[in-house]
Order: sequence, then C-alpha cells, then structure tokens
Amino acid sequence: MAKEDKVVGSADEMAKTSWERVNDKVHVWPYLTRLEFMCAIIITIFLIVWSIVIDAPLEEPANPSVTPNPSKAPWYFLGLQELLVYFDPWIAGVVLPTLIIVGLMAIPFIDVNPKGNGYYTFHERRFAIFTFLFGFLVLWVWMVVQGTFLRGPGWNFFMPWEYWDPHKVVALTNVDLPYMLGFRSYWGQAACGTALVLLWYATIPAYYIWRRERMKNVGLVRYLIKASLNMTMMGVVAKMALRIGLNVKYVLVTPWFNI
Amino acid sequence: MPSLKERLNLDQVKRSVLDSQVWRSMFRHGYEDTPRNRVLMVVDNLWLHLHPTKIRRHAIRIRFTWCMGGVTFLLFLYLVVTGVVLMFYYRPVGEYAYADIKYLEFDAPFGMFMRNMHRWAAHAMVIAVWLHMLRVFMTGSYKPPREFNWVIGVLLLTLTLLLSFTGYLLPWDQLAIWAVTVGTNMARATPLLGSEGPFAEMVGVTPRFDARSALLGGTIVGPPTLLRFYVLHCIVVPLIAAILMMVHFWRIRKDGGISGPL
Repeated sequence: MAKEDKVVGSADEMAKTSWERVNDKVHVWPYLTRLEFMCAIIITIFLIVWSIVIDAPLEEPANPSVTPNPSKAPWYFLGLQELLVYFDPWIAGVVLPTLIIVGLMAIPFIDVNPKGNGYYTFHERRFAIFTFLFGFLVLWVWMVVQGTFLRGPGWNFFMPWEYWDPHKVVALTNVDLPYMLGFRSYWGQAACGTALVLLWYATIPAYYIWRRERMKNVGLVRYLIKASLNMTMMGVVAKMALRIGLNVKYVLVTPWFNI
Repeated sequence: MPSLKERLNLDQVKRSVLDSQVWRSMFRHGYEDTPRNRVLMVVDNLWLHLHPTKIRRHAIRIRFTWCMGGVTFLLFLYLVVTGVVLMFYYRPVGEYAYADIKYLEFDAPFGMFMRNMHRWAAHAMVIAVWLHMLRVFMTGSYKPPREFNWVIGVLLLTLTLLLSFTGYLLPWDQLAIWAVTVGTNMARATPLLGSEGPFAEMVGVTPRFDARSALLGGTIVGPPTLLRFYVLHCIVVPLIAAILMMVHFWRIRKDGGISGPL
C-alpha cells in the first residue's frame, strides 16, 4: 500500500497544520470513483429490490364527487397540513412555507460564526445546530411522521392501535386568547390581541439592547432578520402549545385576518 | 501441428484492436496505474471531469459526506430514464390517464416495474435531498465561500418537492386528485392573490381568476390541471432543476472544492 492509500483518522487530521491539511490530497481515480461506483451499485440494488417487492399504490379512478376522509397531501407536505390545525390557510399554506424557504436560504448570511466550517462540531456552534435540528427534526420530520401515522378521519388524532372512527366526536371548545383573558368587547379583544403579538416580537429589540455589545459583530439588519425568523419559528411552537394545552383558537382577530 | 491457441494469438489480436485507429480515436489511454494516467482518467472523461483530479483525503470518507449529494443526483438520473419510458405509454388526458396507468401495470412489458421504480426513486430522492441538506448544515459547509451554493441547494430542494408534487397527480386516481386538491387549496388563501386570502376583496380576485385557478386551469382539480401538471412535471421543473444542478456542481469546484477543515 502506497503512502497515499492510507486514510488517517480524524484526530491525526486535526493535529496537522492547516497547510498540511489542505494539501493532503489523494487521486480521485481510483479513491473517490470506486466509492461512488460502490454507492451507485448499492442504491441501484436497493431500488430494484424495492420496486420488485412493493407495488406503487393506485386507487379508484379520480372522482371529484367522492371526497375521501381523511384527505391527505403527499407525505412530505404533511407538516404543512398539520399547521392548518393551528393557523388559517394563508399563514399555514403561504406565509410559513415562504418563510421556511427564505429562512433556509438566509442561513449562510445570518450565521456569522466563522467556526465549524467544513467539519463536524457541536460545541463550537451550539445555537445554530440546536435551532436547525429543532426545526428539521421536530417541526418538519416529526410533523410528517405524525401526519402520516397519527392523523385519521376529520384530521383527528388517533394512536396507532386505535380504530380510525370516522364518527369520532371531539369537543370543539376553542376560544380566542383575549376572550380567555377576560376581554369581552370587540375593541378590547382586538387591542389585547394586537398587544400580545407586538409583545412577542418586542423581545427582538429588547434583546438587541440588552446584548448590544455582543451584537456589534452581527449588525442591526442581520440581527433583525435572524431574530424575526427565530421568533416566528418559536411563535409557531407557542401557538401550537396554546392550541393543544389551552384550546386557544386565535390570538388576534381582525375583520381581515386572524392569527 | 500447432494448436488452435497457438495459431490464434489472443494477445496479438487484443493488441491490434487496442492499437487500431478506431479504438484509439475513442479511448485515448488504458488503465495503466501511473499518477499521470490517474489524472487523465478524470480529465479525459466527460462524466468524471466534474471531479477535480485530486481531492482532500478527508473528503472521500463516507461518514463526512454520507454520499447523499451523489445519491440524489443518481436518483434524479433514474427518474429521468424511467420517466421517459413511462411517457411512451401515458397520455395526460382526463379520459385516458387512468386507463394508461392500468395498461402500464398489466400489459406493458416491465410497465409495473418502471412505474414502481419511478415512484420509489422519487420518494427516495426527497429523503436523500433532506439528508444532504442536513449533512451540509452539520458540517457548516454553507459558510463562506459557499453561501451562494447553499442558496442554489435550497432552490433545488424546493424544486425536488415540486417535481414530486406535480408527479403525484398524474396517475389520476383518488389518491392523486385529493392530495393535489389539499395541496393547491392553499393557493386560494394567498394574501391579495387568492380568492379566500386576506385583502382579496381589495384586489378583486374571484375563485375563477386567482392564484389557485391559474395553477389549476379552473376552479377544481380537473383535466386542465392534469395537463398543466404534466407539462410542469416533464418539462418546466426538470429543465430548471437541470440548469440549477449544473450551477450547483460547477460552484462546488469554483468555491474551492468540497468543504473541509482549514
């Protein structure tokens, strides 16, 4: 085995100087191409076996007059469909998906931490990794799993061992948060809802002022984008908690839109 | 008398083939294991020249890349091949679409297998592209100078979901139209542009003319929707995705190759 053929462990790798690391190279042919070839063969075998063993589903012909219950979106969108429980369609179906895409694209520009570029590390970028994994694993992957396996007729919640009863009765006793807090007049509720939403986002400038020394290398514009995306993501969690825990329907009700 | 083997000198036959002008015109060099030839193997090959000739040692470890970007691309290629085969049999017309799928399943040679492979590869591609994004995030590979390639990657992720979603309608069965109905119903809630969205009455959009009907070609998921989704699925989205893939692969090289500790 030539010297080049030896793949060293990561501890040795990190012990080298940066010049040594960048210049420690191997030929693509055969060291990478053989791996790609093996990978392609494994995936191909996997796909062929899968396609022989399990047939793609095909139900009755399309019929606009027969609505199945439950009607589910394709599985990878079930996280978004799940959001419809907690938000009106314009938020769940339009605003939040847009923010997910824009927020993902913004990641390289709002994460100013120069560490952890090109290697695995948790302790050098705790906040970034925690935020991303929370969004990806809990708010996306888990919602897809839940939407696929635990949501039955009427989009009601069923445990895996429960029968999907299309006549399951669920008490809809949801009330708006301002009503719950004791506001009975129309304008009182509107003022209370507006105040609650503003209060939620007021944490953004408050935190900036509190930590202004640390924010110097982040910059105001970058901070505002970063914090708005974060507080919106946590706002989704807060609304879900209010809905599940306290049967809250809306936080803010206006003649044009509800949140 | 010399044996057949002696008279038919296989080595000489092989050499005369390999040295012929025709062979040499196609294949410039053999598999000789020299550093020079290893480099030529990559740069002289249209498919392999996406790669650099040499790569940093850590980058070829499976546990660094998970191979997920390559797997996503491989699945895309399988989807193109099986998708073209399906197009030979499938007509995106309300009256024919479902029957064509039945024909594929029961009469067309390897029809069921091609359809299965197309569907499962599509599902696998969605998962592979998510895992690729997770890997790129966990290694911090979106950090400078690779910010823009991450943006391209997010667009490609979105296009993968759109490809899968538009393809979901084409079997034209109950699963298809109701899943797409649920998905496209969101469009009518678009602020300003959807008939049931906030401020719709200020813009004056109606159920017949709003964001959703533009997508569906009508007020329900019907035959015009089938044709629209077919064109989007087979032409528009794959073309855009292919162009962005070129940019994505090109930028990997131009941004200094695969990421690694500096």
